[in-house]
Amino acid sequence: MIRIEGLSRVAGSKTILDSINLEINRGEIFTFIGPSGSGKTTLLRLIDLLDTPTTGSIIFDGTDTTAPDTEWLAIRRRMSMVFQKPAVLNITVAGNVAFGLNFRGIEKSETNTRVHEALDIVGLLHLAERKAVTLSGGEMQRVAIARALVTRPEVLLLDEPTANLDPVSSEIIENLILRINKEMHTTIILSTHDMIQGQRLADRIGVIMGGRMVQVGSPNDIFYQPFSKDIARLVGIDVTLKGVVKSNDRGHAEIIIGNSIFEAITSAPAEQRVVLSIRPEEVTIKLPESESGKTSARNQLLGTITRMVQFGPFIRINVDCGAPLTALITRKSCGELGLTIGTKVMAIVKATAIHVIPDSG
Amino acid sequence: MSEIVSGLLQAINLIVTLDPEVMQIAALSIMISLAATVIAASISIPLGGIIHFYEFRGKRAVTILIQTLYSIPTVVVGLLLYLMLSRSGPLGYWGLLFTPGGMIIGQAVLIIPIITGLVIAALGGVDRNICDTIISLGATGFQTIMQVVREARLAILSAVVLGFGRAISEVGVAMMIGGNIRGETRVLTTAIALQTGIGDFPFSIALGIILLLIALVIVVIMNILISGLSAESQQALGGPRI
Repeated sequence: MIRIEGLSRVAGSKTILDSINLEINRGEIFTFIGPSGSGKTTLLRLIDLLDTPTTGSIIFDGTDTTAPDTEWLAIRRRMSMVFQKPAVLNITVAGNVAFGLNFRGIEKSETNTRVHEALDIVGLLHLAERKAVTLSGGEMQRVAIARALVTRPEVLLLDEPTANLDPVSSEIIENLILRINKEMHTTIILSTHDMIQGQRLADRIGVIMGGRMVQVGSPNDIFYQPFSKDIARLVGIDVTLKGVVKSNDRGHAEIIIGNSIFEAITSAPAEQRVVLSIRPEEVTIKLPESESGKTSARNQLLGTITRMVQFGPFIRINVDCGAPLTALITRKSCGELGLTIGTKVMAIVKATAIHVIPDSG
Repeated sequence: MSEIVSGLLQAINLIVTLDPEVMQIAALSIMISLAATVIAASISIPLGGIIHFYEFRGKRAVTILIQTLYSIPTVVVGLLLYLMLSRSGPLGYWGLLFTPGGMIIGQAVLIIPIITGLVIAALGGVDRNICDTIISLGATGFQTIMQVVREARLAILSAVVLGFGRAISEVGVAMMIGGNIRGETRVLTTAIALQTGIGDFPFSIALGIILLLIALVIVVIMNILISGLSAESQQALGGPRI
């Protein structure tokens, strides 16, 4: 659907985007994830042809949009963008939604039908005659989405659609995005800095850091096999341990971290310096004296609880096993096991749950 | 002191009795400045639009030049125009020196920079989000410009009103190009200057009061425009803004 080749944008002396290559498929939900200021918005604006790239090209459905004789307007009219801060005009909700159709000179009766349809999809039919500026933030964002949908775009671009919204409104918007994608087969490209949202919505994720597309893949790829320490940190893996590979038997490696040995699956050869990343939810805690039988998990480390922090329905537990590990367990199990700071526990991690990243420095 | 008081009383008398000469001077002033404002606006608004919407080399320099010309002395405009319009000047054959037509041109030249500059500022003040939304919704270049101008229309209107204020209160151009010919090119400001010079204070005071009243009307209009975001005044100005 959209192919991006060597795309860069430089503003003044600052490189905002640096040689991005990406292919977005028809009908998928593609999410850009990255910290604030990493270039997500700029990339969306370039795709929507609002800005021009410094170098590189965007090929929209076979048409090179950077060619000098491109019909920008015709291509732009096959897309719609919803901005982070929804700009609604001081007219009725229905009037706002009709805006894009007015530009296209669509007949009045057709416009009315389509506005009705779009407002129905976002669940704001009952507010059609209200002044748009009197709506709440979440409702305004839904008006903006209806306004973008009413032109029946093939590609819908959303820039941080839930950035300033409360959790309930965010959930409504997220469900709406999934429904639009499923029922209308609209290709959706959205940016977010909310990792959970990215994981929940995306078919594929592109991680942008400092203007570079550092990793592209399925949510599982990104969350379980981040390419680098920075990505691991970004997607919420906070346990990264530095160590050296001791031995590697056909991909099953032993890695020395401090005075413990971890087993993990990697192709890194012996003597290679590596970083291990372990997602806290992959770490199991048990009491050392409990008789819960044998387990296939390769890493079982004795340690002491050093810190416990409440985290919604979970508790994050830091365990010092020679190397510091973090586990995320439910409050219920924590109560049943009677864990407190200082308790001696066994931290269990499967070898396959440890991701090994070569350590560059 | 008694001279001021009696002058003031006579001035009020001149206004209340609609003294023909006072009224003629006031009407001519308003007409000349209105015409100048209409001409200046019809040049400045498109010009400001072009400068705002198109990227070109030296855009910044042009903006700085325009802002500098905000405070161009009226006598300098008068001098330049005198040189152009005088019998021996390049435009002498127009025969506009010492005519209302010449004054209109002079005042228009004077206020074009102000209106243009304020129009650029007004267009630049339109929320970038709104511009992006309009473009992203598939507006053509022309539709985009029209919508942005529509968004900025209150600010553009106040630019024009401000231009009128400068035109009607200036004295340099009116004196040098108009020549203060009684019944023909004598306007409020030039008449005040002349009558004061010959000691006819009541007449001057009367004209001064009228000039202040015009300023008051302008300020009231400006205030309505600036508070134009409230629903009521929008209605008064012709419906809600889009």
